[in-house]
Amino acid sequence: MNILKKLSLTLVAAGTLAFSGYAAAQEAPDALIKRVSEEVMAVAKTDKDVQSGNSRRIQQVVDEKILPYVDFQRMTALAAGRYWRDATPDQQKRLTDEFRSLLMYTYSGAISQIRDQKIEYRPLRADPADTEVVVNTQVIQPRAEPIQLSYRLEKTPAGWKIFDMNVLGAWLVETYKGSFASEISKSGVDGLIKTLADRNKKLAGNIAKTGKAVVPAK
Amino acid sequence: MNTLGKTILLSSALLMGGCATTNGHNPDDPLEGFNRSMFEFNDTVDRVALKPAATAYHDYLPSFVQTGVGNFFGNIGDVWTMVNNFLQGKVENGANDFMRVAVNTVLGFGGVLDIASEAGLQKHKEDFGQTLGKWGVGSGPYVVLPLFGPSTVRDTAALPVDIYGDLWTYTTPVDVRNTGIVIRAVDQRASLLNASNLLEDAAFDRYSFVRSAYLQRRESLVHDGKNIDVKSGSEEPAPAEAKPLEPQSDAAPVLLPTTEPVAAAPEAAAEAVATRDDEALVKEAFSPQVQAPSPETEPAL
Repeated sequence: MNILKKLSLTLVAAGTLAFSGYAAAQEAPDALIKRVSEEVMAVAKTDKDVQSGNSRRIQQVVDEKILPYVDFQRMTALAAGRYWRDATPDQQKRLTDEFRSLLMYTYSGAISQIRDQKIEYRPLRADPADTEVVVNTQVIQPRAEPIQLSYRLEKTPAGWKIFDMNVLGAWLVETYKGSFASEISKSGVDGLIKTLADRNKKLAGNIAKTGKAVVPAK
Repeated sequence: MNTLGKTILLSSALLMGGCATTNGHNPDDPLEGFNRSMFEFNDTVDRVALKPAATAYHDYLPSFVQTGVGNFFGNIGDVWTMVNNFLQGKVENGANDFMRVAVNTVLGFGGVLDIASEAGLQKHKEDFGQTLGKWGVGSGPYVVLPLFGPSTVRDTAALPVDIYGDLWTYTTPVDVRNTGIVIRAVDQRASLLNASNLLEDAAFDRYSFVRSAYLQRRESLVHDGKNIDVKSGSEEPAPAEAKPLEPQSDAAPVLLPTTEPVAAAPEAAAEAVATRDDEALVKEAFSPQVQAPSPETEPAL
């Protein structure tokens, strides 16, 4: 009897795990954005370390809550445009890593600025068969116009992944595209990687000096 | 200020003429040579004067004073936003702006307190460049103006009208007006300190970064953010939409003669453009793009 009970409990547990895994993979893109946004907002509003701009804590939050849902390789490939195919797999990997670091350094500071903002979610306009969708949200802040924040997501076997982001009407990939192209045409893919790496080293140095995320908390 | 605006406009038009042969790689930026040097110039002005002033303002003035200054000039700006909302046929937003100005001017001590936001009346920002865009005027090439910063040919043409519609420029005596213009510039710069620091870190080629962000941002403002599903950074075609898309304004850019004072009054310009695009305007007027104020906005502290 005891053994039977244990066995059934194990089965139930296994079933639950399997189901939650399935649910995560099938989570709708707008539901995903809403969940991640709310989680990040909740931490940013309550965590004193995040609010004071503690870079290690912010990095931790980003790694945990946001990174699993971002496809940096796709993002980098799109920013590099037609040059991506000419790059070797090794170059592609290094470029992706450096670009990810740059985005992490620069955008994690914004998280420390979250105070009394709220996020509104627009209804998703997409066909269930779509494999790419745009999820629109806006940040409502007191005494100012709302900030538009949209995400472009792609359906992958591991669930929906963000590969582009729109802030105030400007797409991240599109905005970097020109800089990528001019750097690559000047000094090649390696030149671009080096430029990004140098920039990241400088930013890391600043953070090491102050212990704070790049943008100072108000 | 009117004269100053025109002088700057005129001289930049002349300068642009001189540099028109600069070869640019970006089709949106045939004036890249001129623009880059203006960008450098503005950057220098910012580095040696505006940013230090804004930083001092931000660091040493009590924050309630900064908020009051921002609110005061914001309230004056809301009047022009209201006019432009009406010109674009966005009646509900215009009425909302009217209420904002009325409430803030009367109950908010001449605009120093932003009571309207606390009451849930959403702030908007519209200028005449956006109005022209809404009427179907293409943006034309990218232009970096001395002191005014990133712009396009269309927005440059609209600038004198915006200056004309800026109530603060009618303040007398003149030294009070000029002091106010400087304070307003410093206050606006101060509110952008964090963003500009972020920009310095994020961009390794700031010129092209700002250009791309500015052009995308303006396009989005003209469409009130509704073009967002259409435009993307990806090279693939956008996914099929359930709803028919709004027509993109990729009409041939209308180059208004920048050497002429553009319009004596917004009404005159309204007429001039309306005759060009009557039908679209009528359509617009009957389907105002209403953005309801968020019912969820809580009174914030």
